[in-house]
Amino acid sequence: MSSSSAPASNAASGVPAASSAAPVVSVRGLVKNYGEVQALRGVDFDVPAGSVLGFLGPNGAGKTTAIKILCGYLAADAGTVTVCGLNVASHALQVKQRIGYLPENNPVYTDMRVEDFLRFAARARRLRGKAVQQGIDRVVVQTGLAEVYRRSVGQCSKGFRQRVGLAQALIHDPELLVLDEPTNGLDPLQVVEMRALIRELGQTKTVMITSHVLPEIEALADNVVLIHQGEKVADGPLETIAAEHGGRLPARCTIACSEEQLQELLKDCQATFLDQRHASFASAFEQVQSAMVEVDGPEGLAALAKTAAAKGYPILELTPMGGSLESLFQSLRSGGQT
Amino acid sequence: MRSLLIAKREFFTAFDSPVGYVVLALFPALASALFFVLGPLFLVGETSMRDFFSWIPWLLVVLAPAIAMRIWAEERRSGTEELLLTFPFQLGHLVLGKFFGAWAILGVALLFTAGVPLTLELLGDLDWGPVLGGYVSAMLLGGASLAIGLYLSACTSNQIVAWLLGVVVLMFFNLIGGAATTSAMPPSVGRILLSLDFGEHFHSITRGVIDFGSVAFYFGVMAVFLCANGLVIERRRWS
Repeated sequence: MSSSSAPASNAASGVPAASSAAPVVSVRGLVKNYGEVQALRGVDFDVPAGSVLGFLGPNGAGKTTAIKILCGYLAADAGTVTVCGLNVASHALQVKQRIGYLPENNPVYTDMRVEDFLRFAARARRLRGKAVQQGIDRVVVQTGLAEVYRRSVGQCSKGFRQRVGLAQALIHDPELLVLDEPTNGLDPLQVVEMRALIRELGQTKTVMITSHVLPEIEALADNVVLIHQGEKVADGPLETIAAEHGGRLPARCTIACSEEQLQELLKDCQATFLDQRHASFASAFEQVQSAMVEVDGPEGLAALAKTAAAKGYPILELTPMGGSLESLFQSLRSGGQT
Repeated sequence: MRSLLIAKREFFTAFDSPVGYVVLALFPALASALFFVLGPLFLVGETSMRDFFSWIPWLLVVLAPAIAMRIWAEERRSGTEELLLTFPFQLGHLVLGKFFGAWAILGVALLFTAGVPLTLELLGDLDWGPVLGGYVSAMLLGGASLAIGLYLSACTSNQIVAWLLGVVVLMFFNLIGGAATTSAMPPSVGRILLSLDFGEHFHSITRGVIDFGSVAFYFGVMAVFLCANGLVIERRRWS
């Protein structure tokens, strides 16, 4: 393993320092096949230094495969991945030393105490002497592990275990933090805590975070790369992508009116039926229509509410469905964006 | 030094698991019981450990896969293999570290049988040369058996499957040079089979004479299976 092409060294880890001008991660033409299945079909993207990049896609899109190649766990069939200017294939050890990686499902040694696990991770990340304890002390504060420090990892709650996983990823103060579905399986309170922690880390580090949950990426990322069936379908700020490709917003509405009146109302607001869920039933009101509709973004939703009120149709429910990831992907793919 | 970090983790993990304690308790207990209860010690009236060491290859058929079965299979099952392989370790360091950790566990298990020679020393005048040769030989045979067990553990995520395969393969290597096999073969094939027999090399060292051919054989088996272990892990990156 040669490091002769790498520039000068960084004191904490003994790893060559990278050029700050170049993107921290650069992926070009990445291809990975699992037998007959094409998991990645020539994916390209960059992660600018100091940014938080959301790597977004439905389950099975190829996000985790790309991340595993980036972190050196899997080998690519074609294409190049560079991290801090170092090729992952030819400088695997140096690249691994620069990355802090929290894999999906957070695999940790549950038989070890938190303290021992972090010590093992520090030494595995080539920290020596006093740097080991300093690294542990720093991440224990950063991730709030003080109260479980001497507890076995297996006895920690899922939230704390996730923090232990994050702590091991941070222990060597990496230049790039890669988090694969970091809030998977956490309860809502733990999700909020984890997001706050990631947001804080994103202020000082380059972070790459994968998720299949759109609001998660909206809450954390500056830029996103959208991947679907092994292909990149879009990249850039999420608002820009949504504005360009995903202007239509699905919503569930339940309105007290006849079916004809609902159709007229939707026509007036330039809304359309997503009719598979359309139902008509009687209740305290004479007639009630419940339907999934699609409107022109939040403005279209407001127009629908306003028009229904003006026509005197009581609105029993009007819920925006949050711009589902799948509908955004459908929109992107039908627009020929690959 | 990088291998030492992995070896230490493997070694101490064994003492954190009930399986580890069972293995460490069972091996000395069985070895001692077979020697003192079933062996002819009190009939022949001779303070020798020859019979004790004759049981060792068969005990290792069960013990070595039991030590090795967890080492890669559990990493794979629990997903920690991904964590380990994304730490900045060279694959060789990981493979060697796990092997040395397992070998150290075997060393402790053998150390727990030290009561046997000490008891014999009290009973009579024990010749320590063959005893030390026997222990060296047991460590070499154990190392070769563990390398096979680790390779098989790397091939599966199921510990039980790894153990069963290990027992079968080690049985094969312990029976391959037996009279039942070699007598049915042409003499040249029989000699090749005998040269691959684990027990044959073991007993040549326990006679108290260091046979460099046998030492080289055990180290050769370790090298072959540890390389195969590394290849299995590396191949998974490409699959």
